[in-house]
This record gives sequence, C-alpha cells and structure tokens, in this order.
Amino acid sequence: MIIPKLAFRNLIGNGAKTWLNALVLSFSFVAIIWGQSLFEGMDKEMSKVTIDQEAGGGQYWAGTYDPYDPATLDDAPAKIPNELRAEAAAGRAVPILIVSGTIYPKGRMTPALIKGIDPGQSVLKLPFDRLRGGGGSIPGLIGARMAKSAGLAKGDAVTVRWRDASGTFDAADIEIVDIFQSQVQTVDSGQIWVSLENLQKMTGRTDEATIVTVPVGTAPKTYAGWNFQDYDVLLKDIKSFVQAKSLGFSIFYVTLMALALLAIFNTQLLSIWHRRREIGTLIALGMPRGRVIRLFTLEGAILSLLAAAVGAIYGLPLLIYMAKHGWVLQAGQADDYGLALSRAIYPAYSAGLVGVTLLLVLAVTTVVSFLPTRKIVTLKPTDALKGKWS
Amino acid sequence: MNTHDLIRTANLTKIYPSGEQPITALRDVNLVFGAGEFAGLVGPSGSGKTTLLNIVGSLDVPTSGTVEVLGEKVETLSHKKAAGLRNHHIGFIFQTFNLLPVYTVYENVEFPLLLLGMAAAARRKAVRDALAWVGLADRAHSRPAQLSGGQSQRVAIARAVVKKPDLVLADEPTANLDADNSHHILHTMEEINRNLGTTFLFSTHDAKVIEHLRRKITLVDGRVAADETKPA
Repeated sequence: MIIPKLAFRNLIGNGAKTWLNALVLSFSFVAIIWGQSLFEGMDKEMSKVTIDQEAGGGQYWAGTYDPYDPATLDDAPAKIPNELRAEAAAGRAVPILIVSGTIYPKGRMTPALIKGIDPGQSVLKLPFDRLRGGGGSIPGLIGARMAKSAGLAKGDAVTVRWRDASGTFDAADIEIVDIFQSQVQTVDSGQIWVSLENLQKMTGRTDEATIVTVPVGTAPKTYAGWNFQDYDVLLKDIKSFVQAKSLGFSIFYVTLMALALLAIFNTQLLSIWHRRREIGTLIALGMPRGRVIRLFTLEGAILSLLAAAVGAIYGLPLLIYMAKHGWVLQAGQADDYGLALSRAIYPAYSAGLVGVTLLLVLAVTTVVSFLPTRKIVTLKPTDALKGKWS
Repeated sequence: MNTHDLIRTANLTKIYPSGEQPITALRDVNLVFGAGEFAGLVGPSGSGKTTLLNIVGSLDVPTSGTVEVLGEKVETLSHKKAAGLRNHHIGFIFQTFNLLPVYTVYENVEFPLLLLGMAAAARRKAVRDALAWVGLADRAHSRPAQLSGGQSQRVAIARAVVKKPDLVLADEPTANLDADNSHHILHTMEEINRNLGTTFLFSTHDAKVIEHLRRKITLVDGRVAADETKPA
C-alpha cells in the first residue's frame, strides 16, 4: 500500500501542476462521455421512433420487394398469407400495399409512393385513423415534408395516377384529410397514404400487400413467398449513420486525448528530469528501482482518477443540463441528415459508457506514464543524487 | 570477518572510465570498521572519500577487490538486495540534505519506515522520537522549503537514524552549514552514536567535523595515507 500512498502524496504535494494536468485530461473524459452519449441518444431515439412509426417488431416483405429498388414495386405485392391476415384482423399485424404512382399537385407532376394501410391498425403510431370514411372522395394522409414539397394543405384535392395489377394506368382525386408530423422521413417524403381497402380496389390487388408489419415482441415465422426482416435490415441506415458520425467525432476526442496524453508524457518526462535527485534519494533510502518506476507510473494513473473527479465537478452539471434540454439542432438541420432525427438530440448516458471511458483513459494514461519511467532503470543513483543524468 | 566488524574492504579499487584516460578513484583500499565507530574519511577533493562512501552504501560497486558490509558482499548484490541492505541497515546523510520537497518534515522522517513496512503506531512513535533527538518536534508539519540549512540537515539526520540503522553514512554533512549549526549537528550525531550505538562514517574535509572524529582515515589520490584513532 505504500506506493499508492506515496504516489497520492506526491501528486497532491505538487499542487497546481497536478490540478492543471488533471483539468486538461478531464476535457477528454467529458468530451468522450458527452460525444458518445449524444450518439447513443441519437441511436436510441431514431431507432425508437422508427420502430414506433415504421419498423414495428419487424416486417414481412413480399417476394422481391426491395425498398431501395423502385423497379421491384410493381411485381412485389402478393396475397397476404391467411395466418397473417388473421393476425391483422386481430390487430397483431398491419399489411401495407405500396404502389408507385404520380401526383399532380397544382398542375405539377411529382412521383410518389402510394401506400395503403388499414385505418384501424394499432401497430404503427401514426394517425392513420383519419383515413376512415371520406364520403365520395378517397381520403389521403400525407406528412409535413410531403405537404411542403408538393405545396399541399389539409382539405386540398390532388390527382393521383397509378398503374393497376394488369398494368393499366388509372387516376383519381384524393382529398388530403390531414397532415401528420413525423421524424421518420421514409413514411413522409414523397408518400401519400390511403386506406388499404381503397388502394386494393384502385389497383385490383384484392387481399394483396407488399409488406406486413408486426408489433414489437412478435416471434418471426416462415411464410412461403414472404421474407421476414428484422432490425438488422430495418434499422441498418440508422446504425450506419450513427457509426459514421461517431467515428467522425472520435477523431475529435482522439485528438483531444492525444493532446492530454502528450501533456502527461511531457510532464512525466520533465518530472523525472527535475526529480532525478529525489529518485537518487529514494534509491539511497532503500527503495528498489522497480518500486520507483511503479511509483512514477502510479502517479500518472492516479492523475487520470483525479481528472475523472475534476471532470465530474464541471462535467456532471453540463451532462445533466444536456440530458434535460438536449442538443438543439438548427431549423431544417435535422431533415438534412435524411434520418429520423428530432430538433433536439438527447444524450443517453450508461454505466457502460462511463465505465469504459474511465478504463480507457486510465489504461492509456498508465501506459503513457510508464514509458518515460524506463529511464530510471539506467539511472546511476550516485549521479542522480548529485542531480546528474547518467 | 570478525563478528564485530561492520565493514571490511580488501584491495578495493574503483576506476571510472573517462575517455582515453580512466580515473582511478580508489586504489587497493584495505579498511575495517567495527560497530559503534565514529569515523571519518578525510582528504582533499577528488581523494575518493565519496566514492568509498557510495560503495560502502551499496550505491556503487568496486572495479576490483571486495567490500563486505554487515556480511554482504557489495559487489555481488543485485539492485534489489542492495536496496534491502540500505533499507534495513544503512542511513544516509547528504551534503545537500536531499529531503523530499513535497513531504513535510514528519513525512520525510517517516519515509524509511514506510519502506520497511512498519506498523502505523510504531512508526508514529519512532518518528516523534527521532524528531525529538534532533530537536525538531515542533517543526513536524513544516515543509523543507520552510526550514533553514541547519534544520534541514537535522531532518536528514532524523531520517537517517529513525530506523535505528547499524550504519550511518554522512557525506560532507556540514559543508553547507555555518559553524553553530555544524556544531549542533555533530553534537546530535555524537549523542546518537553514544546512545544508540550507531556506527557513523563521514566523508569530510571540514576541520570542525575532523575535531569530533574518534578515528580519522586520510585518503590521498585514492589511497589510505593514514589511519589514526584518538586515544579514548
């Protein structure tokens, strides 16, 4: 126990120098925790809202359906398996028919995906119940982004043109009954929602759907001609985005950390140089060289613990503030990312994140503190006592 | 080696490599020191006093010959064993005091006992006793920077004797002190020598110290030129 005691005593005895180093190192701590928690929060929020409004607990994709290949849309729809249809009737699944079409808002021609969904579904958290009824017209629902880009407002009628199951083009007017707000761009941009029943009639695709979304917690099953897609596929874009952003940010904190470690390395090197007479004295008093090296290395390691304490003093209020108010993006900035980002990103702190950061900084600091101490092995105590460097 | 002999050197030679002309610091030194001696190595600068002290203190090794300290052959000791020998049996007093600057007086004196792994209560008592011997009990919480030269050297003495070592090696202990402080320090060391039976071996060319020595070994050019013992 003597080495930790002496190391702590030396550090505290060094006064302002120690605290200055601890402060510099603490920036790395706080930056890593803040940055990573922001990306964890971003990942959690985007995943949650995407699950709530689009992915559910997974999706069955019909045949060749590929959301990234519009050419697959016409051929993909298939008869909904009986079991899935029964699940949908019981509210445990929601079939969605997707058809490519064109809308003509204010005389302009805009390509759009027409999506049909049961207005009574309860799997996805979007206001699809507005698609009920409609009298003489076909009720349609669009998101705020679509409304903005197409120049449509609630109550507007827009002509929609599509190709039915036999390849014949058809057209009808759809009345925009409501406009919803959603962070998830893939349920909003370039899309118009109608009831599944209406779209099946419009396209002559009775009992057909392109995808069937099931609620969270549903165990996947096998249906002929349908492929189950889990979160690995459905949330892939989010994970890739967060990973890319996180990697980009890590360059920032690796730089910050490198600066802090360079400061520690330098301080350690200078410290050994300045304290060579002290090292000689320690050896003369009977401290083996190995223990002297451990002492100096431990001083560096304890410095990282002091940095954690210093970081906690100013970092905790900052991180709590961030958790409460979030990182607010500028208007439109969230949409620029093309993903389900809200205006404010709320960081998610986990014990794992803090623990891993602490261990990482501790390990790296210890190694960096150890490297200059190897010089002590070659130091002649008789020279060190005189303040010479052999 | 006689059981009462603390130090025995035989044909001790130390040569420092220095360019084309190596420097011979000690030549065929044959000396024996017994327990309880108050002896000094005297001679001009470069005569080999400090080199001999360093070798006896196992901080350096001879080029040839043998040095036995408390039955241990210095030239064959590993770093770890040499550290153990110093830790348990040898105290050092340096010309420049060499106190650990970030520690208080108490902590400086306590340091050798921490290395020995002594229990806290025994440690506290030993440190208080040592500070009392050197008359610095009231400065226990001062830092070295707050002490005068004489006080600093007294702390160094307390640090050297706190573990009641068999041998204290003092390298020019009064070189940086005035006459009064030198006198006090020598008096303190004589008392410790008398009361604890600790062997003191000095390296000095200070006349004030030489006056107090009971045995004086004169070194000239690394050789023992004279070995005189004061009559009791």
